[in-house]
Amino acid sequence: MCTMIVEKVSVTGVAKGGGNWFPIARVNVGYDHPFRLPLEHAVTLDFVNEAQGPGARVAVELTPQSAQQLLDTLRDVLEQGAAAEAA
Amino acid sequence: MFTTDQYQGMLAETVTYAGANGDVIDAYLARPLGPGPFPSVVLIHNVLGWGEYYHEMTRKFAHHGYVAICPNLFDRDGDGTPEDVAAQVRADGGPPDDRVIGDVEGAAAFVRSLPYTSGKVGVIGSCSGGRHTFLAACRTSAFDAAVDLWGGRVVMAPEELTERTPVSPIEYTKDLSCPLLGLFGVEDRNPTPEMVAQLEAALKEHGKQYEFHSYEGAGHGFFYYHMGMYRQEQAVDGWEKVFAFFEQHLS
Repeated sequence: MCTMIVEKVSVTGVAKGGGNWFPIARVNVGYDHPFRLPLEHAVTLDFVNEAQGPGARVAVELTPQSAQQLLDTLRDVLEQGAAAEAA
Repeated sequence: MFTTDQYQGMLAETVTYAGANGDVIDAYLARPLGPGPFPSVVLIHNVLGWGEYYHEMTRKFAHHGYVAICPNLFDRDGDGTPEDVAAQVRADGGPPDDRVIGDVEGAAAFVRSLPYTSGKVGVIGSCSGGRHTFLAACRTSAFDAAVDLWGGRVVMAPEELTERTPVSPIEYTKDLSCPLLGLFGVEDRNPTPEMVAQLEAALKEHGKQYEFHSYEGAGHGFFYYHMGMYRQEQAVDGWEKVFAFFEQHLS
C-alpha cells in the first residue's frame, strides 16, 4: 500500500551527495514504499534543499528496526553531547 | 499475439500535449509502426515516479499492438532523476487529484487525435495510479475500459482526506463510465480484502460492469519485478488478464 505517511522537519545543516556538500533546509521523514530497499515499506529519510531543485537530496532508506536503533542512538548521543557541553 | 513470422517495429519517444488547465506537459508515447488503426492505452504511473518501470510498461503495450501514452504527472514539480522528483512530490502529499484527472483526460484526447488510433482508449495504473485510474474512469467519460492494479486509498476514511485528495474515490462509483478490471493481492494492507469487498459491493449496488481477481500469496505491487513484492506466478496470470480485458473492450 501507499501509506502517504510523511512528516517534514526544518533543519539547519549540510549533507554530502554526489561528491559535494550542500546546505540542507529540511528532512522529509516517511514510512512508505522504498525505492531500493527490498521491503514493501521502509522508513525513508530525505535530506533536501528545495531551493536547489529535486536533485539536492541525500536519500536514506532504513528498516523500521534500524530506524528505531538510529533514533535511540541519536537520543543517546545528544544526551552525551549535552553532558559534555555542561562539563 | 506475436508469432515469429511477424514483422515488429515500434516508435517510442517523449511527446508533449495539453494536460490539466491547458498546461503543456511531457508524456512517453510508444506505438507500433504501421498505419493502424490501433487501440490506445493511457498509463498512470505510481507514486514512485515517471521512470523506467512505467516506460518499459508503455513499450510493452506497444509490443502488444497498442498506442500507449504515459504522462509525466510530476511534470510541474521540477526536473531531476525520476526518484528525486518523486520523493519531492511524495513529501508534498502526492499530486492533486484534480490535476491528475485533467492530465489523464488530456492524454486520452491527445491519442484520439492521432491519425493511427482507433478511438478506443483504455486506462491502467498501479498503486496510486490504480487509485487515479478508478477516479479517471468515474470522473470522465474518456475511457472504454479501465484496469485498477491494487489501487490503494480508493476507500478513504474522513481523516485521510486532504486538500489534494478531497474525496474518497469510492464515492464516485455511481459515475463509473466503463468496464473495470481490478487485480489485487490478498496480503495487501491497502487495499485490504475488506476494502476490495467494499468497492465490489458499491459496484454491484450501482450495477457496474467489473471483473475482480484477488491473488493468494501476493500483496501489493506483485507485478514489480525489480522490487521485493514481485510474485511471478500471480504476475504472469495478471498480465494475461489485463491483455484479455483490453482486447475484449478495446478491439
